[in-house]
Amino acid sequence: MTVGPMFDEWYPVGIFGQLDAAGRKTMLMGEPIVVARDDNGDAKVTDGTGRSLPVCVRYGHVWTSLGDPKKKLFAIPEADQPGRRFVDVGVVRVRCSPLRAVENFLDIAHFPFVHTDILGAEPHTEVQAYKVEIREDVDEVWATQVEFYQPQAAKSASGGITTQYMYRVAGPTSTVLYKTCPPRPSEWDVITLFVQPLAEDLCDVWPWMALFDDDTPMTDLIHFQQTIFLQDRSILENQVPRLLPLDPGMEMPTRADLTSVAYRRWLKRHNFTYGAQLVAQ
Amino acid sequence: MMKLYDYILSPSCYKVRLMAALTGTTLDLRAVDFHPGLEHRGPELLALNPAGSIPILEDGDVLLTESSAMLVYLAAKAAPDWLAGSDAKEAARVQQWLSFSGRLTSSLGGARLHEMLLRPGDIGALQSSGIAALRELELGLVEQAERGQKFLAADRPTVADIACFPYVALAPDGGVSLDPYPAIRLWSRRLRSLPGFIEMPGIHRLHELKPEPQLEKSET
Ligand SMILES: N[C@H](CCC(=O)N[C@@H](CS)C(=O)NCC(=O)O)C(=O)O
Ligand SMILES: [Fe+2]
Repeated sequence: MTVGPMFDEWYPVGIFGQLDAAGRKTMLMGEPIVVARDDNGDAKVTDGTGRSLPVCVRYGHVWTSLGDPKKKLFAIPEADQPGRRFVDVGVVRVRCSPLRAVENFLDIAHFPFVHTDILGAEPHTEVQAYKVEIREDVDEVWATQVEFYQPQAAKSASGGITTQYMYRVAGPTSTVLYKTCPPRPSEWDVITLFVQPLAEDLCDVWPWMALFDDDTPMTDLIHFQQTIFLQDRSILENQVPRLLPLDPGMEMPTRADLTSVAYRRWLKRHNFTYGAQLVAQ
Repeated sequence: MMKLYDYILSPSCYKVRLMAALTGTTLDLRAVDFHPGLEHRGPELLALNPAGSIPILEDGDVLLTESSAMLVYLAAKAAPDWLAGSDAKEAARVQQWLSFSGRLTSSLGGARLHEMLLRPGDIGALQSSGIAALRELELGLVEQAERGQKFLAADRPTVADIACFPYVALAPDGGVSLDPYPAIRLWSRRLRSLPGFIEMPGIHRLHELKPEPQLEKSET
């Protein structure tokens, strides 16, 4: 299998603050790589032949590419906003397609069943209509005007609220959500899922958050998000087929939600198929 | 109040939280940044537990660093029914499975840390010792059924069940399937339907025990 156009995209490969000179030996789309700090303390990524790869340090993580990225890493302006707390949640390995990890993150219909009493609860299972578009200027998938009732929307929430969401696919394996910030209703909390594709059916997932919350201890913020993601992990590891099915021809009517349909369409448009399974109808 | 140095994803800490919930004991939870911070290996916690593991339970002048001892402590204080009775065989079985639970921690727990949080280790060896332990547990439960007993050491749940349940239920996290063990699956359902049972990520409550939403609606 050749990697195709995903070869030239940026991927997260470690938490910058936790790197040492010895480095982290890992994989990127089947290639062994080492992520380390050089003598100046800067991040450095080398492939199996010792070649230096492109590097960028942003949003707490080190990013690299096996190829030649055409664009700078996507922007998250909130990452520079004073007063936010930035949470490196830590890596979790999942035996699933990197594309499936992103697709699951985009789907709110699973909240009441997988994140029961936290991000959703029966009988509030219905997802109201919302807007999905591919924004041509930035070449990203956006879902807006999403609303959902949540018993415990964030560590900072003190009871059930109806939460507003926006979802964004910023790269083939990078996704960002914006949700109601309980202590500051005029701002959005930012929660991301950065996915490092190790193989087509294996990934290291690096959740990261930029929140307004001055009260909750950092460890509790980390654990809140780890709890949620570990609930997803057991679902992701059991999805069949392991790879994300993409219909190479016409749009297939799926049970999947609108954001997922747009994500799949966007993947196909770019021929981002590492971790996908092309199924003819 | 008893203070538990706790990590939400740790099956060993969950044993203590579960035992507390089942016996109606309130714990003061102190979250430990186990991953990614490795706080359990920092000076503050090493001073409490030189082994560098969690859970750690503090209650006045009592300091415990072994989860099995914590289960016994909670049960003795709040619900002695969960301890072994005076029958010699039952007492021995409780002790047997409490000790055995350490093997589940090192095998299935090690496989889970490797597969999920990238802890170094020989995954093949961890998984095969985990499978050996699961077979032993399956056989133990089948023998109990032949004695007419529904739980590991008696006809009622004891600390032995709570000591073994979490790592077994989370075996799939470490790439070990529970499909070949019908007695274990039945036992797990029984434990999950105990009044006061609580979940942890990867261990779900029994959804089918909840009332159907339609029924609830039509009643009001
Ligand atoms: N003393 C054992 C230790 C339990 C155990 O292994 N705990 C894990 C977390 S689930 C741990 O602290 N491991 C230390 C490490 O892996 O660094 C018990 O209480 O049952
Ligand atoms: Fe989820």
